[in-house]
Amino acid sequence: MTTVTLAKALNMGLRRAMENDPKVLLMGEDIGKLGGVFRITDGLQKDFGEDRVIDSPLAESGIIGTAVGLALRGYRPVCEIQFDGFVFPAFDQITTQVAKIHARSLGTVRMPMVIRIPYGGGIGAVEHHSESPEALFAHTAGLRVMACSNPVDGYWMIQQAIASDDPVIFFEPKRRYWEKAELDETATEAPRPVDRAVVVRPGTDLTLAAHGPMVRVCLDAARAAEADGRSLEVIDLRTISPLDVDTVTASVRRTGRLVIVQEAPSFFGLSAELAAQVTERCFYQLEAPVGRVGGFHAPYPPSRLEEIYLPDLDRVLDAVDRAFDH
Amino acid sequence: MATQSPTRARRPVKKLDDEPQLIQLLTPEGERIDHPDYPLELTAEQSRALYRDLVLVRRVDAEGTALQRQGELGLWASLLGQEAAQVGSGRALRADDFAFPTYREHGVAWCRDVPPVNLLGMFRGVNNGGWDPNEKNFSLYTIVLGAQVLHAVGYAMGIQRDGTDDAVIAYFGDGASSQGDVNEAFIFAASYNAPVVFFCQNNQWAISEPTERQSKIPLYRRADGFGFPGVRVDGNDVFACLAVTRAALERARTGNGPTLVEAFTYRMAAHTTSDDPTRYRTNDEVELWRTRDPILRLKTYLVAQGQADDEFFAAVDAEADVLAAQVRAGCLSLPDPEPLTMFDYTYTEPHAQVIEERAALAEYLDGFAERGNE
Repeated sequence: MTTVTLAKALNMGLRRAMENDPKVLLMGEDIGKLGGVFRITDGLQKDFGEDRVIDSPLAESGIIGTAVGLALRGYRPVCEIQFDGFVFPAFDQITTQVAKIHARSLGTVRMPMVIRIPYGGGIGAVEHHSESPEALFAHTAGLRVMACSNPVDGYWMIQQAIASDDPVIFFEPKRRYWEKAELDETATEAPRPVDRAVVVRPGTDLTLAAHGPMVRVCLDAARAAEADGRSLEVIDLRTISPLDVDTVTASVRRTGRLVIVQEAPSFFGLSAELAAQVTERCFYQLEAPVGRVGGFHAPYPPSRLEEIYLPDLDRVLDAVDRAFDH
Repeated sequence: MATQSPTRARRPVKKLDDEPQLIQLLTPEGERIDHPDYPLELTAEQSRALYRDLVLVRRVDAEGTALQRQGELGLWASLLGQEAAQVGSGRALRADDFAFPTYREHGVAWCRDVPPVNLLGMFRGVNNGGWDPNEKNFSLYTIVLGAQVLHAVGYAMGIQRDGTDDAVIAYFGDGASSQGDVNEAFIFAASYNAPVVFFCQNNQWAISEPTERQSKIPLYRRADGFGFPGVRVDGNDVFACLAVTRAALERARTGNGPTLVEAFTYRMAAHTTSDDPTRYRTNDEVELWRTRDPILRLKTYLVAQGQADDEFFAAVDAEADVLAAQVRAGCLSLPDPEPLTMFDYTYTEPHAQVIEERAALAEYLDGFAERGNE
């Protein structure tokens, strides 16, 4: 067992994937000597060379578009987008090409590509450095969308994403990069399948569902609620497309209440989709309407306001109270 | 009198003599000329083969237009006038080279042995891509302008890592030259010295917008700013297109990096069957370009050189008619896809949402079948 941060766990996961498969390449801006602005690729160019850890020109569409060609040639590119708000120049390539080439080619061409995106707020950054655009990608068929919340998942999920023959948009909660956990890197197999949500804290009275940076907030909320005599179950969704609705409905059938928490704006977001699906399936088991806590339908605010914009312990507990008061 | 817009330049009808540095090996009058940088030795048989390609490709294209007019295709993008640019460049490729087309490269597809009827699936609406790109080394038609040019550069970067001497050719048009992806592709290719040829068919019109709306300088000169050579070739001269592309591919495969080839040509037909070019261009311009026809000049040359006789030309025409009949029959027999196939290949293995929605649609459709049986 080693104590590692999420940043280090992702770095170790990338290293292991590169050791296991010589076709795995990393591409991105400043990922070579600098090791990426968050140091996720630290030391990898030194060990694997410039042909496998490629410092790219500063052009996001160029990164993803050339990665398509590399994938067509048999490589498995892992692209780093420096910040969430910078993915949009590549949005065209991702949605019109990466997502559709397998279907367009009637299954003859695979796109085993991973697009890593450090995402979310909470670090006091300037505009375009704090966004949560996962719904935009989940809305596009052909992409898999994942978000890790902790070092152990970071280590394993990045390897599972790279091993996937489908393109994966891989969201990394940047404000959790420095949180630590114990990692057993001698294990040979991932502890859980890639397309499943997981109950990270069992409870009996209400279910909290979250992904990425909000899992920590929900765990804190569950601990606080315990003092009030409420037992909250917390689910880490982990995968957004596909969405593991079954794990959530199994929980809701036991607890009768659901609150979904996300940093991204609630409007047209993951929580809207999940609330609709749970309501369709668990209508008679629900004791209260599904609650949602999320970002607002406003541009991500200047950082001095982000503490109000981002769901925190109090906003989650407020939604929990409303679910119990119903 | 209407005020002249300061942003709207007058568009004179272009003469080929006005074009600087135009590489030409066969004049519109069918006269063979030499160029010091692009020597080309062809046997009579090879020249006849190029003629046959041009005629067959034009005939397939005409059948595509006819099938659309008769309601058998939803759309057709004609290559009429661009046969030499496509056949010349396409025949310059080796088997292991890889080509990335737009949606109009029916002539290149022919050179890559893609059966013409396979091109029709997309236009008929029965699929979005009718061949295995890795079997033909010919990527699928790409409708988003310029997207495929980046794919070509990435593929070329893969070749560099594999250490082979294959090369890549990326097709795009004058309109797409304005796209960010094309310019980013130039930057990536230059930065990594990728073995790729950028083959721009400047057919003078991006639907209704003239090349002048895309560029203040001749397109081939854009390469200067990216740090690799650019060359303008007579795109209606199959010999020149062959020689120039072959040289650019050779340059790529010997580690000397990318080249931009601007094939100066003309789209004789509409942009697609949905377009009406009479709204934006003059008949005089079209008639001028008709005098530069790629097939006529090669025929004149073959006759003058005694390399082909009437029997040969009649045989090619007859073969073209047979091919067109095959394309027509193949088109009409393309089956409509089954409804549930829309879910196929969304992912390599269907995921939870796909499985669920497919099952729901199947159940819904089965409901109609059951009622129909009552």
